[in-house]
Amino acid sequence: MNDKLYKVLLFVAALAMPIVCGGVVYALVTDAYEAFEHFGFFKFLTSSEWSYTEGAEQYGALPFITGTLMTTLLALIFCIPFSLPVALFVGEYFKGTKTASVLSTVTDLLAGIPSIIYGLWGFYTLRPLIMALNISPQGSGILTASLVLAIMIVPYAASLSAEFIKMVPNDLKEGAYSLGATHAEVIRNIVFPVAGSGIFSSYILAIGRALGETMTVTMLIGNTNNIPDSITSTGNSMASIIANQFGEASDLRFSSLIAIGLVLFFITAIINMIGKIMIKRARIS
Amino acid sequence: MESITPILEFNKTCVSYTKQTMAVKYVSAAIERNTITAIMGPSGCGKSTLLRAVNLMHNLYPNIRVDGEILLNGENILSMEPIDVRRRVGMVFQRPAPFPTMSIYDNVLSGYALNGIRLSKTDKDETVERCLKSVALWDEVKDVLNKKGTFLSGGQQQRLCIARALAMKPDVLLMDEPTSALDPIATAHIEELMQELQKDVTILIVTHNMGQAMRISSKSMFMYLGELVEYGNTDAMFSNPSDERTKAYLTGKMG
Amino acid sequence: MKIKNRLAKDRAMLWTVCLFATLTAVPLFAILGEVLLRGYEQFSWSFFTEPTPTAYKAMKAIEQGEPIPGGIANGIIGTMIMLSMAVVVAVPTGILCGAFLSENPKNRFAQVVSYLTDLLQGTPSVIIGIVTYIWVVVPMKGYSAIAGSVALFIMMLPLIIRSTEETLKILPQSLKEAGLALGGNRARVMLKVQIPAAFGGIFTGVLLAISRVIGETAPLMFTALGCSFIRFAIDKPISAVPLLILEFFNDPNLQELIWGASLFLLLFVLTLNLTAKYLAKKWNQ
Repeated sequence: MNDKLYKVLLFVAALAMPIVCGGVVYALVTDAYEAFEHFGFFKFLTSSEWSYTEGAEQYGALPFITGTLMTTLLALIFCIPFSLPVALFVGEYFKGTKTASVLSTVTDLLAGIPSIIYGLWGFYTLRPLIMALNISPQGSGILTASLVLAIMIVPYAASLSAEFIKMVPNDLKEGAYSLGATHAEVIRNIVFPVAGSGIFSSYILAIGRALGETMTVTMLIGNTNNIPDSITSTGNSMASIIANQFGEASDLRFSSLIAIGLVLFFITAIINMIGKIMIKRARIS
Repeated sequence: MESITPILEFNKTCVSYTKQTMAVKYVSAAIERNTITAIMGPSGCGKSTLLRAVNLMHNLYPNIRVDGEILLNGENILSMEPIDVRRRVGMVFQRPAPFPTMSIYDNVLSGYALNGIRLSKTDKDETVERCLKSVALWDEVKDVLNKKGTFLSGGQQQRLCIARALAMKPDVLLMDEPTSALDPIATAHIEELMQELQKDVTILIVTHNMGQAMRISSKSMFMYLGELVEYGNTDAMFSNPSDERTKAYLTGKMG
Repeated sequence: MKIKNRLAKDRAMLWTVCLFATLTAVPLFAILGEVLLRGYEQFSWSFFTEPTPTAYKAMKAIEQGEPIPGGIANGIIGTMIMLSMAVVVAVPTGILCGAFLSENPKNRFAQVVSYLTDLLQGTPSVIIGIVTYIWVVVPMKGYSAIAGSVALFIMMLPLIIRSTEETLKILPQSLKEAGLALGGNRARVMLKVQIPAAFGGIFTGVLLAISRVIGETAPLMFTALGCSFIRFAIDKPISAVPLLILEFFNDPNLQELIWGASLFLLLFVLTLNLTAKYLAKKWNQ
């Protein structure tokens, strides 16, 4: 094979990326067009009506945008008290030890469990628990989905945060110790501020994951199409409404679901982009 | 005669990184108050290891063992609480490392912040001014106190780190090759500064620069392979070393 | 006194970190335990060789206190067919594309491709599902194994590109230079020197990519759809293990079968994960 052919071959393979991504956007935009045209872009995003009675079809994305934001935010809140200790355990307290590598293997395995199994476990273990504790009568809902979602994003947030915590220069830590600080004080005053932007960006990427998570949420959120009025009520996220109704949808409803997909695609793309840029910056500094 | 107890005394101090090998072997020496003592020796001789033992830096690493005694004002620090010892024994490292997330002002006060000690605004201002003046940095930075410490030049950063250590009013200041990362002008600055500082604090400095040792110190130690070979007045050691190994090092035949 | 306080705080911090870090391992063992306990009884010869029974047959068996007849062979075969089709296309494309990125790190087009790889990797899997529906299912006028494998291909591609690129990047530059100095052209050096040297990393990347997509449900729901009998045709709807779990998780008659399917999936994914991690460690030495 000569060099020219080789270069062409690599280039053609690399073209796969723009083709696939362009195709994704093109397919979403063309099929979402009908819904946006029919309801108007902002009207579609801010309407909370989702009814498919023939002749009086009304579709709006607000309940699902709300559902997505609620589950993501709650999952983040539940995730922090666990992912931060794991990051400190692996990246600072037990850095480089066997114990740390055992814990990171555990979190790696957690990250490897398919989301459908998380959903199944949530459905048969967590949901009855929520019912038994009288938190909500049906067991499923925003809260249940968020709890499982939190477990799912802990590994991502933790392993990335740990990476940044590990990178805090030893010079700085020793400098702080030499002034008489305890380990906890070094962590609070040196490690967190120095690794802060990196830790922050790892949570942004965790949010990116939670936003688009589909199966777990679909199985646990309760699948109702109204705006959830509390964290224990049922609802739907953008991903779960698609998973739920795409198979039976046609025409305007089909287009509306694609439109929701398009919005979700852009939200996750923007969040991921912000996260990646922040991580690049944090790695350089 | 002044106080009989030396401010710092090594008594058969040993440091080992692994079970088999000792990096510092049975060092015994008494350091006098308000002096500058230089610790010299070829690389790997254990001079930094000995220095780091004085503020219990080795406690941070579970594999390292320190045996024997190190007495600070007659008290064995090896049985004391590390955070207590470290407040009384300041340290300046080889590479200047001001805390990058703190301003120059906060860097000087970082010891207090780290120790959870609250100061009034006037106390803070006073401490910052006093410490920065004592390291001759005040005039250069007084208008940019809120800038990050990492904007300063290497020599300025190192002086800031000295100021940071001095702010805690330590009895002893340990300096681990503090000028090896600096240019000659910044080095001269810091050497001058040390002469000033010895009025208030006892300085122990590790250096591999013989000229520096001669210029600044009144006492010198020569270490070789973990042992303290020779300890005495700097002038005497340089003009008439009593040990062959010291002689070989000082004449450039070793190291 | 003050010092005592600070030391107490220091210890409290250490214990809190250890406690919460350990708690993070609880969900892993809870999920593993539950799936194992409820699933292992299903494992038998027929579980791997027979298709899923009808709900009626299963109900009859339960009434008579017999184990549920049938198995998940339709799912296993469907998964294997779609996965192998996806792997066959995604591995060469991904490796060549990764090679392109590592050979032209400063090239504008390569930077765009690199950014798009991140974009695609972060795209929610349900969106990959609906886009593949629009691309493949609609023009083919029906669900099919081909559509399912296209969706899996899109999911795998960015993972393989990234791992190839990263492995090639950490190879010593001298390796490539030595190859070129010996008179090999760039294609030969890449194929005969660089890729073999990077084989460990690339192989690990492929294993991880497989383990990531094998449990994916959302991209298959609207592409492969599912099928209740064993089928080898690639232009017809086909089943997959995660699809079976989704289909029957809420069905009281077939529930037990679902735990068996989950156990199978989990063992597969975790074994792949651990193997990949082990190989990565071994090849890094």
